[in-house]
Amino acid sequence: MAKLSFQLNADDFLPASASEKESLVVMRESVGFWKDGFRRLKRNKIAMVSLVVVILVLFISFVIPQFYPYTYEQQIRGSENLAPMQYSQTELTTMETGGKVFPHILGTDNLGRDYAIRVMMGSRVSLVVGIIASVLILFIGSLYGSIAGYFGGWVDLVMMRIVDMIYTVPDILIIILLSVAMDQPLKALAVKPGFQWIQVVGVNLISIFVVFALLYWVGMARIVRSQILILKEQEYVTAAKALGASSGRIIRKHLLKNCIGTLIVTTTLQIPSSIFTESFLSFLGLGVNAPMPSLGSLASAALNGMNSYPYRLFAPALAISLIILSFNLLGDGLRDAFDPKLKD
Amino acid sequence: MSGYLVDIKNERLSFFTPAGEVKSLNDVSLHVKEKEVLGIVGESGSGKSVTAYSLMGLTAYPGRLIGGTLEFDGKRIDQMTEKEMRKIRGNEISIIFQDPMTSLNPVYTIGNQIAEAVLLHTDKTRAQAAERAKELLTLVGINEPEKRLKQYPHELSGGMRQRVMIAIALACEPKLLIADEPTTALDVTIQAQILELMMDLKEKLGMAIIMITHDLGVVANMCDRIAVMYAGKVVESGTTDDIFYRPGHEYTKGLLRSIPKLNEKEHNRLIPIEGSPVDMLNPPAGCPFAPRCKSCMKICLREMPEYTDLSDTHYSACWLHQKAEFAAARKHPAGIDAQKAGQE
Repeated sequence: MAKLSFQLNADDFLPASASEKESLVVMRESVGFWKDGFRRLKRNKIAMVSLVVVILVLFISFVIPQFYPYTYEQQIRGSENLAPMQYSQTELTTMETGGKVFPHILGTDNLGRDYAIRVMMGSRVSLVVGIIASVLILFIGSLYGSIAGYFGGWVDLVMMRIVDMIYTVPDILIIILLSVAMDQPLKALAVKPGFQWIQVVGVNLISIFVVFALLYWVGMARIVRSQILILKEQEYVTAAKALGASSGRIIRKHLLKNCIGTLIVTTTLQIPSSIFTESFLSFLGLGVNAPMPSLGSLASAALNGMNSYPYRLFAPALAISLIILSFNLLGDGLRDAFDPKLKD
Repeated sequence: MSGYLVDIKNERLSFFTPAGEVKSLNDVSLHVKEKEVLGIVGESGSGKSVTAYSLMGLTAYPGRLIGGTLEFDGKRIDQMTEKEMRKIRGNEISIIFQDPMTSLNPVYTIGNQIAEAVLLHTDKTRAQAAERAKELLTLVGINEPEKRLKQYPHELSGGMRQRVMIAIALACEPKLLIADEPTTALDVTIQAQILELMMDLKEKLGMAIIMITHDLGVVANMCDRIAVMYAGKVVESGTTDDIFYRPGHEYTKGLLRSIPKLNEKEHNRLIPIEGSPVDMLNPPAGCPFAPRCKSCMKICLREMPEYTDLSDTHYSACWLHQKAEFAAARKHPAGIDAQKAGQE
């Protein structure tokens, strides 16, 4: 004991000053919904890898084609049906004379178009279709679902029976019928000034969007409705009403914001399923107009020469698989991160 | 027109449930003067909250007002459209809910939610609203308001959240504040603080308060007048002194007998009111309290008694008053005995 007292410093027992105490008072930063969600997401390795893959795919399909020496519709004479990294006779002579030729990484197709750029453009078209369709579904579905859920009673009953009816409609049949029915009017419209973009996008693609907007939102509407049904019983909704907020404001500010986690997750999972539907339709020849490629139409075209040029099928098929897998895994990761019910 | 801030006359309100019509309010008449605190007491299901909610036009589905008039500040609330009602809610009448844990939206910061109340009813800018939010937080006694404004509800304790709820309710300086059991969800020391705060703010801002509670202690401290409700009726109303020292109705007497007293020498058992409230699906023809009343007479089972004025401020609906008058008029000794028995 006596030994211990020698080790003590009398100064240590003086009262601490306010400034000295200050350094220990650290208020924890407030962690909001987004911050908390991203923190969880960052810890999920699979989701982070898929996020990187998604960003990489977006980069390859949106940025690289801008700098690529070939364009997707450019036909190079004499370079038909080249194997990957193979050069044609004319290209070899240019190289011998000192000229530079960019290699055909994935070869060329039967019309002499560089296959690598076609796959990149195909992914771009598929991604654009997937994302636009999902955004359409998000808007229509969440609006419809929240109105049905919030007002309840007869409104809900009628609106949800309409949803049930839409569920029973065979979608492929509708797409075929629509693209046939809309073909003439859209072509007539495309000639008029201000509607030239229809030509670029293609009639088939527009009918795909119309079908997504007409038929595919029902799943989203059901999910949003069920969320709203739970959320509208919360006291803060009554509190907002008691403050004089209108129904529109309550739906927009209080209810939809509270199911934003579900919305993000459902939309992320909707993107691969839309891409899949688009590829499938393009494979059947109902998708984009030639010469614009999509992953589905590339795969469909490659099917004819599968024995001689198997890599032409592998490249788009691999791209579809990669995109769908990474979006699905990312969606799962987002659900784990943002769904409050799954929090530990 | 009547000169009262709130004047409810013969309000009848029913909930049309699958089981049948639940007559929640039967002929409720109440009034609140300006800057007055009215306490409404009664057991669960007696219609306290339903009365308050109907005053804000927030009767929940399937409830419907089926008779009577509700007047606020000379305006007929029962005839207002939803749009007119929204202007009054949060602006002239505000409400504080029972549970501060669920009355705040978890996805918005405190500052955001107070500012929303300000923005809904004034044409202040966002910056001005944020400034006002800070003022309000200071007013309700929260320290470091700047820091708190940026926090989410889950970061605050129950007492602090209730203070925030009060700040939101007071955002537009309402003429009437409805407090629906504001302290039930809080522990006792916080209860006292919140009640003190409310009384303090009432003095500062000069508003009237309707205090809904089943805690007689709260009422005794805070209220100028008290209305006792039973089974959708106001059975007795008077000043706080009237109710506590000269209770007229058997139910009020029962309530007062059932609270513990400090000044009693022996550890007497509390006397509960036997039985349970009437089924509101089939309310009896006579006095609803009759089945539980110790002095129940034959007439009580048949007919609902009229109000008897016991003084200028004090009235009660009980056949015993009529009996006493009848007996006094007849100078019948047996009648006087019965009257004494009834008052014990």
